[in-house]
Amino acid sequence: MLKLVDRFAVRPSGFPPPWVLFTTLATLATLLFTTPSLANDLGRAATPAEIAAWDIDIRPDGQGLPEGGGTPADGEPIYNDRCATCHGVFGEGEGRWPVLVGGDGTLEDDRPVKTIGSYWPYASTVWDYIHRAMPFGDAQSLGDDEVYALTAYVLYMNDIIDDEDFELTRENFADIEMPNEGGFIADERPDTMTLAKGEPCMSDCTPEPVKITMRAAVLDVTPETEATTDEGETVTIAATAPAFDADLAAKGKKVFKKCGACHQVGEKAKNRTGPLLNGVMGRAAGEVEKFRYSKAMKKAAAEGLIWNAETLGWYLEAPRTFMKGTKMSFKGLPDEDDRAAVIEYLKQFE
Amino acid sequence: MTDPISKSGPSRRSLLTTAIAGGAALTVPARANDPAITELQPWMQSLGDGVDARPYGTPSPYEADAVRRDVPWLTADPISSINFTPLHKLEGIITPNGLCFERHHAGVAEVDPAKHRLMINGLVDKPLVFTMEDLKRFPRENHVYFLECAANSGMEWRGAQLNGCQFTHGMVHCVVYTGVKLKHILEEAGVKTNAKWIMPEGADASAMTRSIPMEKALDDCMVAFAMNGEALRPEQGYPLRIVVPGWEGNMWVKWLRRIEVGDEPWHHREETSKYTDLLASGKARRFTWEMDVKSVITSPSPQAPIAHGKGRTVISGLAWSGRGTIDRVDVSLDGGRNWTTARVDGPSHTKALHRFYHEFDWDGEPLLLQSRAIDSEGWVQPTKNALRDVRGTESIYHNNSIQTWYVQKDGEVENVEVG
Repeated sequence: MLKLVDRFAVRPSGFPPPWVLFTTLATLATLLFTTPSLANDLGRAATPAEIAAWDIDIRPDGQGLPEGGGTPADGEPIYNDRCATCHGVFGEGEGRWPVLVGGDGTLEDDRPVKTIGSYWPYASTVWDYIHRAMPFGDAQSLGDDEVYALTAYVLYMNDIIDDEDFELTRENFADIEMPNEGGFIADERPDTMTLAKGEPCMSDCTPEPVKITMRAAVLDVTPETEATTDEGETVTIAATAPAFDADLAAKGKKVFKKCGACHQVGEKAKNRTGPLLNGVMGRAAGEVEKFRYSKAMKKAAAEGLIWNAETLGWYLEAPRTFMKGTKMSFKGLPDEDDRAAVIEYLKQFE
Repeated sequence: MTDPISKSGPSRRSLLTTAIAGGAALTVPARANDPAITELQPWMQSLGDGVDARPYGTPSPYEADAVRRDVPWLTADPISSINFTPLHKLEGIITPNGLCFERHHAGVAEVDPAKHRLMINGLVDKPLVFTMEDLKRFPRENHVYFLECAANSGMEWRGAQLNGCQFTHGMVHCVVYTGVKLKHILEEAGVKTNAKWIMPEGADASAMTRSIPMEKALDDCMVAFAMNGEALRPEQGYPLRIVVPGWEGNMWVKWLRRIEVGDEPWHHREETSKYTDLLASGKARRFTWEMDVKSVITSPSPQAPIAHGKGRTVISGLAWSGRGTIDRVDVSLDGGRNWTTARVDGPSHTKALHRFYHEFDWDGEPLLLQSRAIDSEGWVQPTKNALRDVRGTESIYHNNSIQTWYVQKDGEVENVEVG
């Protein structure tokens, strides 16, 4: 709730002027909310088109939903094309990407599976999130009907919609009930000790000496230290020019982290949002099997584009400048050293 | 495991005096001269870099291991991921900008400040747009606040897992923010009487959103454009982020482009699917915003073992609370059986990190180090078992329990649990 004192706290005096005390509450409210009490007079009015461009949020009551609609049947091919590489064809989640489907009745289990179906309280959150942030790396590229269709398909996979031809629309959206809507409760803290419940113990707090019950070293999941702390080695690094060529591929491995969300390399590499990159060096563009390339990439391939250090360097510098219409939404590697390093790294994978 | 200070008997000073009087401590064995003194070092003779060699200074190459680190298996990829502040390498209460942990949902947005705008819309009299220059014309304030990810220590719910306070507690940092109180900006737009919530939104490709109650927005929330005296770092939301003091870090939306005012919460992904705390009952708590009282010993710790052997030893650590200042920190050397009140040193700001120290003479026997903080609201940091008793092990978020470090005879330190 708005607190009246908060409105006054910004006055230079920090206190309401005395006359306020003699006004009725109604008058006070009118004064507070209709007169600009602090004249910073900064900013400018937002235009309706500007608000429309940014005001994309959706609420559980459906506020914010645009016109349009889509069925699970409409959503399936879009899902398979845009979502399945990370979330799995059945919503099971590839690798550590989020699982979307299943987990019903597991919330009390030792290993609960929290999915859209088992955990999310409102369907509006699905629509809002797909529209604002998905697909990962190509946000806000889906049309409103596509978002309705994908939302319907994800709900269909979770048995929340049971007819694949049911059209989810703005009008019927608020009727969707999520299974776990009642599963959320308010903050109940303090549920642990406070001084109101007593002073913490200071001596002989356990009857017997304390014993170790679990050791992190047993599990051993702590990442290894990469940077050496050895003094002599650090001096060597500081005293000589960086041995750049020898480390180039290793440096490229780090640069490749920027690519790894969409591209895989190595033995188990598969197509993800982007094609697998094994053997990319020296290969003709647009040749990875089963990957659905953009029209722009197909055209470049038809014109004979071959990936080598030079062409890949141009592409990676600014993908959408080099190839207008490419699906690769990556902004590019403006640093020439980064490009050289990542290209060196890719040469290893044949 | 003994605490030489708290145990009864002759004081350390009297022991020392006895030793000197007896002459035993003075029989220093003849030792070789220290070449660090007797030999001319390169920096004593030749000239170093001139003033323009480092226009933006960086740490000594000998401090190369004071860096943020990640735990690759935690997340699906490094774009939507987290890394950790090297708490074991830091002193005082302020985190250097380059070491503040990062958590992104769509990578680091590289925003051009000339093209950055802050829009206020929704239940306001007049929706407004501000440029960065506009925002810098409001009255400015400076405040020191910690920012802790609600998932800090989240990997430790089921038991000791990661060896290093960087990994167990490093999703926290503390800097001085410069910015504008949010209430000034909301005032400019004129908040309608039925407005009860705000929703900050980021300009990055995740367009992060959270619902924040109006009471908090008008209390101490800020929009900040500087940290530790310089512009925000890109990975901390350059050019603008919202500061939500004492509340979970996820709410401190970076690259802040819009604040919508509304009468209901939005229940967006980061406050339903994430940042809700699943209990053993299968019910989940939501809107658990405050970060509870918490502390950790940063040295000794697994990445900062005791290298000097027995004798005078300094325990150094951090304590904080999202509800106020730290009133007291207790330290135990025996796994929580006996406690001594530590010395809180340095500035004490509300909702900021506090530094504590405890000096003691180590007898070279194994130790089980713990720290327990108490905040100005009287909240006491719980043991791991006490917390698990009420929350179960699947909450992910808000694990503020007491950490145990096992110091072995050789000074090596390990993350353990005690019973």
